Amino acid sequence: MSQQASTLFDKVWDAHVVRKINDGPDVLFIDRHFIHEVTSPVAFLGLEQRGIGVMFPERTFATADHNTPTINQDQPVKDPLSANQLKALETNTAKYGISHWGLNNPKNGIVHVVGPENGITLPGMSIVCGDSHTSTHGAFGAIAFGIGTSEVEMVLSSQCIMQPKPKKMRISVNGQLHKGVLPKDVVLYIISKLTAAGATGYFVEYAGSVFENMSMEGRMTVCNMSIEMGARGGMVAPDETTFNYINGRDKAPKGEAWDKALAYWKTLKTDEDAVFDKEYHFDAADIEPMITYGTNPGMGMGISGSIPTAEAIGSGQASFDKAMNYMGFHQGDAMKGKKVDYVFVGSCTNGRIEDFRAFASIVKGRKKADHVTAWIVPGSHIVEQQIREEGILDILTEAGFQLRQPGCSACLAMNDDKIPAGKYAVSTSNRNFEGRQGPGARTLLASPLVAAAAAVTGVVTDPRELLVEVN
Amino acid sequence: MAYDKFTVLTSTAVPLPIENVDTDQIIPARFLKATERKGFGDNLFRDWRYNSDDTPKQDFVLNNPIYSGKILVAGKNFGSGSSREHAAWAIYDYGFRCVISSFFADIFKGNSLNIGILPVTVSADFLDKIFKAIEADPKTEITVDLPSQTVTIQATGERESFEINGYKKHNMMNGFDDIDYLQAMKNEIAAFAETTPY
Ligand code: SF4
Repeated sequence: MSQQASTLFDKVWDAHVVRKINDGPDVLFIDRHFIHEVTSPVAFLGLEQRGIGVMFPERTFATADHNTPTINQDQPVKDPLSANQLKALETNTAKYGISHWGLNNPKNGIVHVVGPENGITLPGMSIVCGDSHTSTHGAFGAIAFGIGTSEVEMVLSSQCIMQPKPKKMRISVNGQLHKGVLPKDVVLYIISKLTAAGATGYFVEYAGSVFENMSMEGRMTVCNMSIEMGARGGMVAPDETTFNYINGRDKAPKGEAWDKALAYWKTLKTDEDAVFDKEYHFDAADIEPMITYGTNPGMGMGISGSIPTAEAIGSGQASFDKAMNYMGFHQGDAMKGKKVDYVFVGSCTNGRIEDFRAFASIVKGRKKADHVTAWIVPGSHIVEQQIREEGILDILTEAGFQLRQPGCSACLAMNDDKIPAGKYAVSTSNRNFEGRQGPGARTLLASPLVAAAAAVTGVVTDPRELLVEVN
Repeated sequence: MAYDKFTVLTSTAVPLPIENVDTDQIIPARFLKATERKGFGDNLFRDWRYNSDDTPKQDFVLNNPIYSGKILVAGKNFGSGSSREHAAWAIYDYGFRCVISSFFADIFKGNSLNIGILPVTVSADFLDKIFKAIEADPKTEITVDLPSQTVTIQATGERESFEINGYKKHNMMNGFDDIDYLQAMKNEIAAFAETTPY
């Protein structure tokens, strides 16, 4: 590489290429590997069958999250299949000397929450996990993406995977966000514009003043959902906000190592004349609180609008009709005022402290709507502790909400937290696919503020109406 | 895990003309609790295939005996969503060796190639022709020829070529996987690891 201008993505990717295969993928070195109970057991089994070991056990970190119950975690896990997977993770990690934060470990939580909060995720790293929302870690200026179980086995056995280099996309959002518009709304807005497949084949860099002014929590929410428009991952250039977040965390570099790391991290930005394969520009002022009405995350709209036509969103009519039929909605319907049965606040998208602060800002002094069942689930024990320390728990309790224990919970209907068939859930998670939150469950994706407004009114409500009353 | 070599496949095909088929539809999360790679085919498209009382839904294509074969033909953006390789396992375990669509989600495509399913991307027009040919005659055979990188609708002779990189093509034709390749370059990887800042 000569003097050619390069993007942040190029810089980090190229620094990890061990070998380039002619007419084939790059062999990419992986700095950090996260694993969880669901996508790792078959990979460990593969190692056994081949008679090979784990090359760098200290580069892999395990946490249990998908299968775990979110109440009574001190008691044995009831579902025997879940218990078996949790046990397998414990046994496999012990066997190969891999760090394991199992149930009841004070560091336990959702993999994409605990990595960053413990300083395992750092700028300039390559990070993978057998989970598509690994893109979350891109918020730190890392290249982070989800992999399949065969690749988990590759990383365990060789610390590498083989990937063709994706194309590059930059999405810039500039201007001032309106009051009540959160990072979740920004990303749902982007996905609604690009569609659920609009960034397939690309790695995205998020740029512009909106992301520069965003907290790390917010950037994680945005990068988390990159996969929902098909992108391999998303990233934000590291800056002072990033460095301040990392400084002092458990596994972050300290002393001299910190100074050295910092000097490197400061070089991690896109050169001014670097070229992207695709660019999008959006104006922050156009974004209002968002909500989805269909069965993929691209089917989202401003909360005060009405459901568009298939044609307007570039969908096939049959697929659109199937989605409307599943949701029990019709084109032209207003979303405001629709009845809500469940509210879920949590997941690796919105299970961090800022999300609970936002939720509490609306429920404070109000009461949970009687007919709404609410599941308020912190992303980790550390988040849970912050909720207590900041007095948010008192606000929640006062308003009639209960706090559950950390885990993926209702994000994916793999543990006990499932939304019943036909019920409507306003959810801060990332996927509204058919059955994602339980067979027949109907999911409306939204921000923690929209979730709070629904939880206290019992219907889809524009949170700005409630914010105005408070101030 | 080694898989069957893939060279030329001629088979009838199962049509699924739905867009954005995500991995939660291919295999819902509640069936991901196994610790072995066995029996996922039974739960392929579980909630589209069965009612909640486990009786088959008559209008779903896999329950229609007219359609069968080793090729699944699906609408655009197939395999979006989660990284679960279980989705590809379920398709393989059910008996498919090839999925044809006009657009695949990245992770699904990679997972498929890693376990021996050939994802074939054709133009939207050609996909439409395949659907029409199957609609006209469910016994229509499709030939997927990996060495020459072509798909042919036997009934009409219509043909289109598809892309695959040379490395993956070689792997599929020989039943090799990436782990074999990586094991052979461990010294190079160990030397590289010495130079990384983390
Ligand atoms: S919270 Fe949801 S999206 Fe995130 S890791 Fe868990 S299941 Fe996956």
